[in-house]
Amino acid sequence: MKINDVILRTVTKIIVFIILTFGVELFISGHNDPGGGFSGGLVLASALLLLYMTYDIETVHKGIPFDFKKIAGLGVFLAVASSAVPMLFSNQFLTQEKGDFALPVFGLTELSMVLVFEAGVALTVVGVVVTILLTISEDVS
Amino acid sequence: METLITLLVGVLVMVAVYLLLSRNFVRIILGTAILSHAIHLLILTMGGLKKGGAPLLTEEGSTYSDALPQALILTAIVISFAVTAFLLVLAYRIYRETGADNLDDVRRESDD
Amino acid sequence: MIIPILILVPFLASLFVPFLYTYVRSKKIGWMVLPVPLILFVILSLQVPKLASGENLFHTIRWLNAADIHFTTHLDGLSMILGLLITGMGTLVVMYSIYYLSEREALGRFYMYLLLFMGSMLGVVFSDNVLVLYVFWELTSVSSFLLIAFWHQRKNSRAGAKKAMLITVTGGIGMLIGFLMMHQMTGTYSIQEMIGMAETLPTNDLFIPAMLLILLGAFTKSAQFPFHIWLPDAMEAPTPVSAYLHSATMVKAGIYLVARFIPVFGESELWFYSVTFIGLLTLLWGSFNAVRQNDLKALLAYSTISQLGLIMSLLGIGSAAMLDIPGVDKTIYTAAAFAGLFHLINHSTFKGALFMIIGIVDHELGTRDIRKLGGLAVFMPITFSIALAGSFSMAGLPPFNGFLSKELFLEASLAVRHLGLPGVHTWIPIVAWVASVFTFVYCMIIVFQTFFGRQQQQPAWVDRGAHDPRPGMLVAPSILGALIVGLFFFPNLLGKWILKPAMAAVYPSFGNPESLVVHIAAWHGLNPALWMTIGIIFVGTILYIFLRQWRRIYTVSPFSWKIDNIYTLLLIQLEGNSYHLTNKYMTGHLHRYFTYILLFFIAMMGTALTFVWRLTFNFSEDAVVTINEYILVMVMMAAAVAILFVNSRLIAILLNGVLGFTVAFLFVVLRAPDLALTQIVVETVTTVLFLLTFRFMPDWKKERPRRPVKVLNAFIAVATGLIVMITALIVQGNRLFDPISKYFEDAKTLTGGGNIVNAILGDFRAFDTMLEIVVLLIGGLGVYVLIKLKDKKGGDGNENQ
Repeated sequence: MKINDVILRTVTKIIVFIILTFGVELFISGHNDPGGGFSGGLVLASALLLLYMTYDIETVHKGIPFDFKKIAGLGVFLAVASSAVPMLFSNQFLTQEKGDFALPVFGLTELSMVLVFEAGVALTVVGVVVTILLTISEDVS
Repeated sequence: METLITLLVGVLVMVAVYLLLSRNFVRIILGTAILSHAIHLLILTMGGLKKGGAPLLTEEGSTYSDALPQALILTAIVISFAVTAFLLVLAYRIYRETGADNLDDVRRESDD
Repeated sequence: MIIPILILVPFLASLFVPFLYTYVRSKKIGWMVLPVPLILFVILSLQVPKLASGENLFHTIRWLNAADIHFTTHLDGLSMILGLLITGMGTLVVMYSIYYLSEREALGRFYMYLLLFMGSMLGVVFSDNVLVLYVFWELTSVSSFLLIAFWHQRKNSRAGAKKAMLITVTGGIGMLIGFLMMHQMTGTYSIQEMIGMAETLPTNDLFIPAMLLILLGAFTKSAQFPFHIWLPDAMEAPTPVSAYLHSATMVKAGIYLVARFIPVFGESELWFYSVTFIGLLTLLWGSFNAVRQNDLKALLAYSTISQLGLIMSLLGIGSAAMLDIPGVDKTIYTAAAFAGLFHLINHSTFKGALFMIIGIVDHELGTRDIRKLGGLAVFMPITFSIALAGSFSMAGLPPFNGFLSKELFLEASLAVRHLGLPGVHTWIPIVAWVASVFTFVYCMIIVFQTFFGRQQQQPAWVDRGAHDPRPGMLVAPSILGALIVGLFFFPNLLGKWILKPAMAAVYPSFGNPESLVVHIAAWHGLNPALWMTIGIIFVGTILYIFLRQWRRIYTVSPFSWKIDNIYTLLLIQLEGNSYHLTNKYMTGHLHRYFTYILLFFIAMMGTALTFVWRLTFNFSEDAVVTINEYILVMVMMAAAVAILFVNSRLIAILLNGVLGFTVAFLFVVLRAPDLALTQIVVETVTTVLFLLTFRFMPDWKKERPRRPVKVLNAFIAVATGLIVMITALIVQGNRLFDPISKYFEDAKTLTGGGNIVNAILGDFRAFDTMLEIVVLLIGGLGVYVLIKLKDKKGGDGNENQ
């Protein structure tokens, strides 16, 4: 079954980047506005999903050669490890340190250990969602 | 508002439970999905509805909606997604392996 | 800080051993394990002078502040004795195992379990917090289970392991309840603090139940009558394990616990009666049954039971010193506890040696049956000498250490008559004496039936290589043999350095520990105890000579009774009945299970709503509803109800999608932007998922259940929904507490985040989030595995990811 999907492919190429940007934006703005690790991760995952649906798995895999199971594992590791780091400085488990830093471009920015933790969450979500869909679709096809 | 949502929760629970009690896989999975919708709404209602602005401190306003139920639901949504996916795959595998589309057939097959 | 590390080291080592074993697949692994107990023993020994001068080592690692559970270690005289036994015997047993176990065995596993046991046992004796103690206590049961079932291909090993586990863990749970009751009474989990409050306790209602439950734990662990039945079956374990766990250390845990709690419970007469009487009964029954055994190891098992009973009864008599009885010289009774602790050490030396000797006999000749053995003294002179020392020490003959503690025991049994308590008469020394006679008889059986006589009937021994084992195997039993003799000549050294601080720990309220220490002398005149010993030797010899004639009584009831039968009967009945019962309702039909759960829910909540709570609705707090919210709710209700009636699964799935997206809109309306965002994306992904698997899903057949089933289902569904609805409405109208969310509104200052929901997820309750993503990962891997599993089984192998 060959369907003419030129429009879909062209639009996808553009839209995926918009969605990806939106996902990252969501992830970062989660500190003060709606967003955060879960929704950011889910949006990123759905962008990837769109790619997989438009092109076939092999093509996308050439571009994004990740094993998403490992990404999920990495996410959990990141979250747990960042939680354990404060223990090295004799703080309690999961103490989320924060501080203000003067950064170029961004100006005075508040950075927090939460960001690492949330990155772990986002990576886990991306990894798990893509893994689930990929395994099923590989099996189905 | 709270009463209305609670009525909705009641109806959703009824439908979900009825679906859960059937034997067809897809019905059962849909039942769990609907049940989780119902429970999310229930939890949200417990904190009181529309008692203030969205729980964002950057928003103007002095009162905020209860943020705790929202945090609980946020995790619950993601988990229920994983559960639904798992159940779906389970049903899919059972169907492909045994050709059974309801639980009684599976049971019979494993007894043989 | 030394003590927590002492506990931790064996655990770490036990983790390390299997890895090491993959590189060193030979007996050498034993030599690498050996330093662990040896170093611990040396470190512990260095603390002895400190303790002898009256010091105690306390160290607390704060753990769960809210629950008052801390990892508190406490090294005093009493735990020192056990600690030295555990590490000392541990060293010898590892040394012995190197030669005992062949290279074909799973040595990595063996030493791993052994070290696991060592760590848990050290944890038991050094913990001051009862809950931590309980955890270690159960860990010893688990490691004992693993070690008994070490040869798990044997049916008897598995059965023995199961039995030991069931009995000791049952007792352990009882003990846990006892500990919790103690906490209820005293408000603390620390044993030392409980001891400090001992005087106020006896009037408490929970005092007696707590005491009996803790005793249950101690009695099951120390194989006291009628729980002793697990110990003979535990002999299926490799002999080093029997020598270590089931004679020298683990079974002493119960004794340790009793000694530890004497300051708490000693003032109760019931304590005195239970410990003393159960101890004496175990002593008698164990020694009586040991005589009938043909398997040397079983004989030793029963003798261990009986010796444990002896120590237990001594502690019982010792606790009489705590009783408030006027005009009694208390030092007589403290002397009994002293004798108990002394015998605890002695028993470990001679019983450990005997187990190792029997292991050697078994190892060299391939049998432990006394009917087949005989005349080995000529072929195995060194083995024989050690066996002689061990057996005679156990029989209570000089010049071995058992003689000293046996004399003290007989004196204590004589002293207890003067206590003037009801039920305590001359029969106690008589029971002690009779049991000692049987002890004498079975000790003679070990020596004479194994090593003397009948050698002419067994010329084959020589061909089969009956000779002393390699020197290495004899090192450990020889050291024990030397101790058996050495302790006879220098017992007061032990009294001064080890037993004095231990006595101070057992009797903290008695002040000067010097007065609690008995000067042990081998010769103390022709007193009644010595006459009793002479009587034991005389009668015992006669009984041994005519053993064949009177052994027949073991076939006559009540002597033929076995407590074992009760256990077997109970277990078989229990298994059979629960199997049938479970099969009746666990039919494997999901809708049945849902029916059970929901009917129970309906019954319970329905009753509560109608009869118990009886609260009124209160809608005054409700927020106003706008017209678009009405529409959203109506759409959802309609979609939900429609799912029940549609004919195509595609429409059902799409309707589910409608529900999901409407929920997202509701979230927007209800001031939950984060939820709305997440819900929209999740719903999209879920729908994709449904559609992906759609083609391979069964058809959406219209279900046509029988009418009653349909009615029942409808009833359950409606009732559940109504109950949820009513409960929720009641809850909204009757708030009991203010919401705690005000606290989270300080998120900006507390966490720096402006989004309260994310502040809760990432900071306030980050632990939940962390575990949640772990669950998510597991879910994802579950899906992956579920799909990929067949590739391996089916073997088409083109997807080997």
